Amino acid sequence: MSSAPTEQAATTQQAKSPRFSLGNPWSKPRWLTGITWVYILWSLLPVLLAIRVAFNEGRSRTAIDGWSLKWFFGDNSFSVFGDPALQDALTHSLLLAGLAMLIATPLGIMLAIGLQRWRGRGSGPANVVALLPLVTPELVFAVGLFLLFTTLLSTIGLGTTAQVIGHVTFSMSFVVVIVRGRLVTVGPDVEEAAADLGAPPLAVIWRVLLPLLAPAIAASVLIVFALSIDDFVVSQYLASGADTATVPMRIYAQARAAPLPSLNALATLMLLFTLLALVLAYVVFRFMTRGEKRGSAIEQIASIDSGGGR
Amino acid sequence: MANRRIWGFFAAPGMVWLGLFFVVAFYAVISVGLGNINTLYQPIPHWNPLDWNVGYLIQAIESVIPGGQNWPVVVRTVIYITAAIIGALLIGYPVAYYASRHAGRWRGLVVVLLILPFWISYIMRMFAWTNLLAPDGYGSKFLSALSIDSLFSSLGLLDGTDWLGGQGITVVIALIYGYVPFFILPLFASLDRIDQRVIEAARDLGAPPPSSFWRVILPMSKPGILAGLVLVALPMAGDYYTQTLMSGSPSTSMIGNTINDYIQGGPDKSLGAAMTILLSVVLLFFMLYYLRTLRREQGEVAA
Repeated sequence: MSSAPTEQAATTQQAKSPRFSLGNPWSKPRWLTGITWVYILWSLLPVLLAIRVAFNEGRSRTAIDGWSLKWFFGDNSFSVFGDPALQDALTHSLLLAGLAMLIATPLGIMLAIGLQRWRGRGSGPANVVALLPLVTPELVFAVGLFLLFTTLLSTIGLGTTAQVIGHVTFSMSFVVVIVRGRLVTVGPDVEEAAADLGAPPLAVIWRVLLPLLAPAIAASVLIVFALSIDDFVVSQYLASGADTATVPMRIYAQARAAPLPSLNALATLMLLFTLLALVLAYVVFRFMTRGEKRGSAIEQIASIDSGGGR
Repeated sequence: MANRRIWGFFAAPGMVWLGLFFVVAFYAVISVGLGNINTLYQPIPHWNPLDWNVGYLIQAIESVIPGGQNWPVVVRTVIYITAAIIGALLIGYPVAYYASRHAGRWRGLVVVLLILPFWISYIMRMFAWTNLLAPDGYGSKFLSALSIDSLFSSLGLLDGTDWLGGQGITVVIALIYGYVPFFILPLFASLDRIDQRVIEAARDLGAPPPSSFWRVILPMSKPGILAGLVLVALPMAGDYYTQTLMSGSPSTSMIGNTINDYIQGGPDKSLGAAMTILLSVVLLFFMLYYLRTLRREQGEVAA
């Protein structure tokens, strides 16, 4: 994480011994720079173009064609806010994300605290179970929940409740990883001090531990939101019909069928919500950990996600 | 301390939740896969292991061995995933290496740009390509202006000029595009952890840059490479949406599509569940391998 001294070493090295400039392992190989920027362009340009098309004047979804907001707000029945199907998808995605956020965060925080401290019989398998959803292919996970809700839990059945449960289940593991990371950073010292000074265990948790965990909690809330908004497989498997379709499900269903930029507009709005949540997560985390010895907050948040395909 | 037990109590709600919706959910897959069906072709799960019926599992196994109905799909899935992770390695390693060692004052920006795709919905990123690769899309035009389509055709990788018309190569490239960010970030983290002094030592002892790369950096980043490749191979093994969006043709379908068709499509849910069991057994080894590296890293952070 400490790149600054490294760079200094590199520059002094270069300054002192110019004869090494040809073979200097710290010189920047141009081709690496080239590959990286070409890759970044390749990874982001398609999405930027898809966003640009959402602001088209015309009906084309494959070419840039004027400027307008009509695919977002137009009063025709094809815009996001004119077409009930698209609007419902957006509301449903936000509803699922909101509920997932409210349930997954407290459960995940408690689980993280519990797992971090609990040493004893069963804690090993418990640790594995808490992390396993991170690496389980989403299809396997979704098939499991689908069969659970169509057999054993058929009283709940498919639909919004099942979707929320699915989102909570996979995002809880992310909360556990984030909060445990913070627990490790914070260390047990302050808590022990509080306990030594006579604070009862619950007061230690409530008045010492939770405030210390606040940045991780804030980051978790917003990351659960982003994960839920972006999710496709679990939402699709647990949907019960058109009224439980989410934004990614709409996009998936219509990507190759109905060629109107309103779909791009819908995708753009979804992306906007995700990025807002992430920027907020970053800012809040940074604000709350200000004054602490900082590893880059970006890199901390970067190291959080280890699931794929979402 | 008397309050030791309180921590187990803390973990309880989350564990019960995961127990029900993760462990029991997977048990439901087993019960359906080893269950039976009623006259309406609806699955009847057999929850009691003593009642398990291995018929569907045997049927599933017979379908994925050479000569079986799903054997071509299995072969294709393995080829696609192998090609895609090789592609991810060739693209991802230089990028992660640059970001961790050479980005200099651009480092913050580069890292943010590398993280971004991560948080853009996968479906949206694929959707962007369906626009670009449409016959009149910018991507198709660009590729044909550079004669890349005729190059691929002459190599036998592309049939005709419609990139979205059931082309295996499009699915593989889309898989690389989709998953390479998930490979780059953990690799970046592991390259970043390599102690600069070790590389300085190699140089001081007279190693020219190429050999300090091949003999010091690369071996030290091997665990990161393996973990990253496992991390991207796992979701690819259950991916069905990339194929549907980029091709949709049965001639490019992967094992995920087969399972998805069984479960969501027709009357073969029990067979689909049996296939899911098989897939999980194959992947379990890789999942546990990845978890082990993840926990080892967490341990290092703790130490």
